[in-house]
Amino acid sequence: MVMPQIKEADVPDMPPQSDNAVVARGISKTYGSVEALRDLSLEFPRGQLTSLLGPSGCGKTTLLKIIAGLLKPNSGEIEVNGKPVKGPGPDRAFVFQDFALMPWANVLRNVAFGLELRGVATSEREAIAEKYIAEVGLAGFEKSYPHQLSGGMRQRVGLARALSVDADVLLMDEPFSAVDEQTRRKFQEDLLNLVQNENKTFIFVTHSIEEAVYVSDQIAILLPRPSRVSEIIRPTDLRHKNVDNIRRDPEYLDIVDSIWASLRSYVE
Amino acid sequence: MMRRSLWLKIVSAVVLFGAWQIAGMIPVSYAFPTFFESMAALIRMAGDGTLLTAYIETLRPLVVGVGISAFLGIGLGLWIGLSAKFDWLFSPIFIVMQAAPLAALIPLLVMAYGIGLTSKVFVVCIMAMPVIVLNTASAVRNTPASLKEMGRSFMASDTKIMLRIIIPAASPVIFSGLRLGVSAGFIGAILAELKITPTGVGDIITYSRSIADYPAMYAAIFSIILLAVLFLNFLERLEVYLFEGNVRGYASD
Repeated sequence: MVMPQIKEADVPDMPPQSDNAVVARGISKTYGSVEALRDLSLEFPRGQLTSLLGPSGCGKTTLLKIIAGLLKPNSGEIEVNGKPVKGPGPDRAFVFQDFALMPWANVLRNVAFGLELRGVATSEREAIAEKYIAEVGLAGFEKSYPHQLSGGMRQRVGLARALSVDADVLLMDEPFSAVDEQTRRKFQEDLLNLVQNENKTFIFVTHSIEEAVYVSDQIAILLPRPSRVSEIIRPTDLRHKNVDNIRRDPEYLDIVDSIWASLRSYVE
Repeated sequence: MMRRSLWLKIVSAVVLFGAWQIAGMIPVSYAFPTFFESMAALIRMAGDGTLLTAYIETLRPLVVGVGISAFLGIGLGLWIGLSAKFDWLFSPIFIVMQAAPLAALIPLLVMAYGIGLTSKVFVVCIMAMPVIVLNTASAVRNTPASLKEMGRSFMASDTKIMLRIIIPAASPVIFSGLRLGVSAGFIGAILAELKITPTGVGDIITYSRSIADYPAMYAAIFSIILLAVLFLNFLERLEVYLFEGNVRGYASD
């Protein structure tokens, strides 16, 4: 299953030794006596989407938050663009499962909030925010408040906020789990376009096997208690197919089946 | 839509004042004047300046006390909500303050601080502060964790997280605490004037009762309630102005 990937050509200012945007080395994390992650190592190729997939409680979100710098690992190291992670940084942006929008602020201010915190001037940050609001398809809703939007639209706001700070790495924590099935499918298609058009690295946590296979360049399967990477799967042909045909593709179906076969024994 | 809620307010007032008028006309008690008698007394007192002089006296402890309670109360509440240590240190004091039978404690306050402004401000504060502090503290403690994480992930400093995330997120509950605290402060101000020294509006109430001028007594009580309602409305406007998106409105609006 594991196949070498075609390397990205347009990464000029990178140290030559790696085409990985993010590298996790020997990450261990315990909560009190509970061991969440043990000696986990994983590489995230630049410009690609890597899914972290596993049963609930397998530490996917913990790993994502450690990469984000929101949690400190007990041991091990995360490198982003070759530099060790000490905390949150401008090179990473987070998309939250529950959207994490500020209910007292309108869409424009919510999207511009990441820039606001960095001290970008009002007119400049609002211009940037408006551009990304249009890009995620929410033009005309700038003055709306989060409670006036549907779940799917709220997550688009969360996505626009993460895009507007122009980070290299986008960390997405089950971003589509709180939206309905049809919206989710639309999101997945949009995400594929985003991966193709934006030169960013995506790290995507999900518990849906189909979703992971549909959107990923690389799928890391985590097994729980304590978490480690049990398998890395790289769909080879799916990326070049039309989005409408992926779900009918034999490779897609085979991968979904084989992932389920390896996960089934861990689901109680 | 605005129209309908205005109409409902008017209807509500008419029902209340109508019931008052009817109860006064029966009469339920010799000591209970009708609505129109009370309003006539109110207009008379407003006209001859009695009311103005009284309010200058009453508003002093009220404004000082509510001001201190709001400022100190929100400050302490933030502190308690952010630090478990201060929670252990201060929360019990305010819970005791809230539960204390204040009228029974007033003689102690008078012994310690005399019969002047200080004691009255104390009474207002004891009434107003606990609910402001406790509401603020619990609101701050219940800030959604993902909002704080969001702030941190975009590299906000602790001060910015506090000012731009925690306080706005807590604002609905802080404001409801303020509303409760301010109304309690109004009660405290009148209580102080009835129990410590009869001055201001408390003096009108006590004096009118002693000479059986009941319309004047009820007019004074009515005026203080009116003032409290106006001030609470002002607080609501302030909240809407500061945190518009927090106001969800009603489905029927």
